[in-house]
Amino acid sequence: MKIVVLVKQVPDTWGARRLNLDTGWLDRGGSEAVIDEIDERALEAALAYQDSNDAEVVALTMGPDSAKDMLRKSLAMGADSAVHILDSRLAGADLAWTARVIAAALTKLGYDLVIAGNESTDGRGGVLPALVAEHLGVPLASYLDSVAITADSIAGERSTELGTMSVRAPLPAVISVTERTAEARFPNFKGILRAKKKPVTVWSLDDLGADAAASPVRSVVLATSERPARSAGTQIVDDGTAGVELAEFLAARHLI
Amino acid sequence: MTEGLTTGNLPDEYQQLIDSVADFARTVVAPVAAQHDEEHSFPYEVVAGMAEMGLFGLPFPEEFGGMDGDYFALCLALEELAKIDQSVAITLEAGVSLGAMPIFRFGNAEQKEEWLPQLTSGEALAAFGLTEPDAGSDAGGTRTRAELAGGDWVINGNKQFITNSGTTISKLVTVTAVTGVDARGKKEISTLLVPTSTPGFTAEPAYNKLGWNASDTHPLSFVDARVPEANLLGERGRGYANFLQILDEGRIAIAALSVGAAQGCVDESVRYAKEREAFGRPIGANQGIAFKIARMEARAHVARTAYYDAAALMLAGKPFKKQASIAKLVGSEAAMDNARDATQIHGGYGFMNDYLVARHYRDSKILEIGEGTTEVQLMLIARDLGL
Repeated sequence: MKIVVLVKQVPDTWGARRLNLDTGWLDRGGSEAVIDEIDERALEAALAYQDSNDAEVVALTMGPDSAKDMLRKSLAMGADSAVHILDSRLAGADLAWTARVIAAALTKLGYDLVIAGNESTDGRGGVLPALVAEHLGVPLASYLDSVAITADSIAGERSTELGTMSVRAPLPAVISVTERTAEARFPNFKGILRAKKKPVTVWSLDDLGADAAASPVRSVVLATSERPARSAGTQIVDDGTAGVELAEFLAARHLI
Repeated sequence: MTEGLTTGNLPDEYQQLIDSVADFARTVVAPVAAQHDEEHSFPYEVVAGMAEMGLFGLPFPEEFGGMDGDYFALCLALEELAKIDQSVAITLEAGVSLGAMPIFRFGNAEQKEEWLPQLTSGEALAAFGLTEPDAGSDAGGTRTRAELAGGDWVINGNKQFITNSGTTISKLVTVTAVTGVDARGKKEISTLLVPTSTPGFTAEPAYNKLGWNASDTHPLSFVDARVPEANLLGERGRGYANFLQILDEGRIAIAALSVGAAQGCVDESVRYAKEREAFGRPIGANQGIAFKIARMEARAHVARTAYYDAAALMLAGKPFKKQASIAKLVGSEAAMDNARDATQIHGGYGFMNDYLVARHYRDSKILEIGEGTTEVQLMLIARDLGL
């Protein structure tokens, strides 16, 4: 079983996160870059399977040079190898292009199961796993709160507003997991030492063929601006008239 | 791997270990630290987490279930944990440096095989029974006796202030005891392995301490406690010398823990000084506060270089006794001084028990006492100078 986990380097949610107002892109200097927490859980799902089954786990990322630190952590947690799609032409790539590139890399790499986080904590698009599955022409089981992997299938549960859906798909397939799946393990020192000897392959767009490298139709950020500072707000103290005051406040803003 | 251990330029694997333990401290230790402190409860769930990430096996080879790391790696982990919770850090320190290490250093093949896997995995804890009512830094004053009778050691006596000795996972206490007198009439001190299940061994009710509330500390009593003759650890009569070696190493670990406490006080103070406003600006904009924090940072940094230096010497197999004493001395003083300053910077909040700096204020005092008091460190340094 070959499991490829999609991992992404994002700004640490514990730090300040900012956009670069000139480019509309993420300000990567704004806070420490780390592996996305949700991708750690995706990796955990793969490693948990590997703990008691014969499986090869590969961490795959697309990102700038600094993403190699995050790949190192993936390897320290237990991934067997890593693939880094690194190409300056990809700076600012949107979801559509990113999905095509990742799908091309997955095709080149080979896989039985692809595990991703349901959405990144920075871009929060939430559609990349679906786009990738579509490109690959394999089943998608997204937003899984629990994952059960067997040799030829995956199953899991997805919460919706109406209830819980039990889903199942034959392999090969793409799945995405939510933050309700198991917490990720911390890298231990033995894992850290071993990670130094594990292979990290770097691919450019040229390595991935014409389809991935072709100039794509893509979305471009035209303008960005800082979110305005919050104003103090209005405080209503309930001395018996709060209901009326609240209604007046909302009515004055045409909210009711 | 250990040449030139300098701050800010550590080999990758050490930096990654720091990041991993810092992440653990932030997400697993921090949320429950105040509660365990208040309830004086042992943080079993945190210890299980530390075990799972291999911290109890850090300085041991893989054949004994270890992580193939070294003593410096342990020190780095202790520093990160102590920033957030000194009780958790001392639990690890005592478990590894005082509990498992004597068996690794002085045990025979059978003893290692029996005990190390469960200790390095963190499944069980071992305690180090040295201190007695009349024997602390002066370990030669030991009164606990062990006599051979019918193929068993029969142990009688008392130990006190013994860390990790009374938890539900405390499986072993390594005890120093007088086993006779040598040719010059001097007490012969040996070390014995006493499983906590031994009849006659009792971990008395836990102490009510000023700090380190979530660390498990008990007086121990031995009344005709019998263990097999084979439970002698290391050579008969070498118990005292062996423990001195363990204590020398332990000083570097306590120095690292102290630096964590000192740095934790800096980190909390920087955050607070930026957030807290008085007279229309953050209090950190006042030099009275900023300079105080700058001095705290300098203390932590200097103390860190001192323990890095001692650890580098130790790993290189060179004498490190004086450097370990210096690291322990300046580290513990940095922790206490920084805790005092951090509390002052936090004003009234600093006096509230649920604030981290208040906990550091209570917790740090023991750093100037345990593992050799400040005075003992000064004595050792002076002795090294020929005084």
